[in-house]
Amino acid sequence: FAGLADVSISEDIPVEGEITVPVGSRSPDEVYSTLDEPVKDTIMRDLKAVGKKFVHVMYPKKSSALLRDWDLWGPLVLCVSLALMLQGGSADSKDDGGPQFAEVFVIIWFGAVVITLNSKLLGGTISFFQSLCVLGYCVLPLTVAMLVCRLVLLAGSGTVSFIIRLIVVVAMFGWSTLASTAFLADSQPPNRKALVVYPIFLFYFVISWMILTFTPQ
Amino acid sequence: IACLVMYLFAEFDDAANLLAANPDATTISIDEPVEIPKNQRGRLQEPGREEDDELLGTDDSDKTELLAGQKKSAPFWTFEYYQTFFDVDTYQVLDRIKGSVFPVPGKNFVRLYIRSNPDLYGPFWICATLVFTIAVSGNLSNFFIHLGKPTYHYVPEFRKVSIAATAIYAYAWLVPLALWGFLMWRNSKVMNIVSYSFLEIVCVYGYSLFIYIPTAILWIIPQKVVRWVLVMFSLCLSGSVLVMTFWPAVRDDNRRIALATVGTVVLLHALLAVGCLAYFFDAPELDFPAPIIPAHNGTTVVTKSQ
Repeated sequence: FAGLADVSISEDIPVEGEITVPVGSRSPDEVYSTLDEPVKDTIMRDLKAVGKKFVHVMYPKKSSALLRDWDLWGPLVLCVSLALMLQGGSADSKDDGGPQFAEVFVIIWFGAVVITLNSKLLGGTISFFQSLCVLGYCVLPLTVAMLVCRLVLLAGSGTVSFIIRLIVVVAMFGWSTLASTAFLADSQPPNRKALVVYPIFLFYFVISWMILTFTPQ
Repeated sequence: IACLVMYLFAEFDDAANLLAANPDATTISIDEPVEIPKNQRGRLQEPGREEDDELLGTDDSDKTELLAGQKKSAPFWTFEYYQTFFDVDTYQVLDRIKGSVFPVPGKNFVRLYIRSNPDLYGPFWICATLVFTIAVSGNLSNFFIHLGKPTYHYVPEFRKVSIAATAIYAYAWLVPLALWGFLMWRNSKVMNIVSYSFLEIVCVYGYSLFIYIPTAILWIIPQKVVRWVLVMFSLCLSGSVLVMTFWPAVRDDNRRIALATVGTVVLLHALLAVGCLAYFFDAPELDFPAPIIPAHNGTTVVTKSQ
């Protein structure tokens, strides 16, 4: 090995070459590189995705767009607006008023996590965040119901307004449960579907109860 | 080639013989501890004991005992370990609920329905449903009781949900823990034939709470007599399921301890029902008007003054 020990590169020869990996074509670059676009485009793209999911919830069809590109912006916005609208009821009674902001938040998120864990433990094939995404987006009909209830309560709080609120809340509760079942039922093993759907029913029932019993001060 | 085929058939025969022999082998090994006390104690054969042995000695329970030993082998930090506690189908859950509401005299709930496949789905969701049912029914009942009064202002009483949740989940998990610890301790002193794992006890307690869900809904009816009849009725049904489950586990023990254990089980069950009724449901008003007290003191003040 004596010959190899003498190998050395003279400093006069420059070492050069290309370090960058050549990209196949320019077009994937333009799609994935979002660094140069105006901020408005970035925001509008996310808003459009959220809006598309809202439309999917209101007209539930078997599309996998809601499941595939999950995001939690929609659920966050819905949860915060629902919790805000549930404030301002019976504020000066010591304890036994309506739920506090934090309580609504915890019920919605903790409830969604527990239902997701339940469906995964029963053998469901859906991923954790996809399930959270669906359950959060399907709160939309109930948020609409809350808005309607507040508007009806502005007009008066007698028996007629209660009946209107009851009908609206029951209808929206049914819509929420059916929408989320439509998205989630396929990923469950067939002989356990009822076991997975029942907690979702209970979850939306509790939220509907909070909306229905809201009494302004 | 014919010799090869004959050899293969012989192999299959041996395997079949072994398989046929296996169930017999296991039935013998499980029957033995049952046989010895029968001969040694020499007591009069109670019909319950024979039925119990019969249930223990059937092939079905043998196979499930075998399978149960192989099932829960995942380490406890993996997700698969917890999936073994949710290995139930819809019809199984419905059967277990039915078994908790209609106790079959002489049949043990654990042996008949659970059979070494305890699940956590039933206890958890029955407790959750019970919490919300009691809170909602209590709220509705108070609303109807105080409906006509001019000073009454409806409040949703949301605080009571967290109190209900604490009480019911504590009952459904801490009492089985205490009972299991107690049974293990007695087991080390007195050899019991029947012993339950912690999860089986949790399962029995969870499913036995199911009867309180329709009871809580019916408690909306503002009649004292109706409410107490409902308490008695549901206590009898679910209490009998608990008694029939735990009596075989303690009857070989000292008579007084056995009776005390079963009595405590029933007493705690009754306390839960009565406590929920007293705290969440205001007493229905009598005919004479109670003294008017401002609503912000809470409606309970009005009822206490009766």
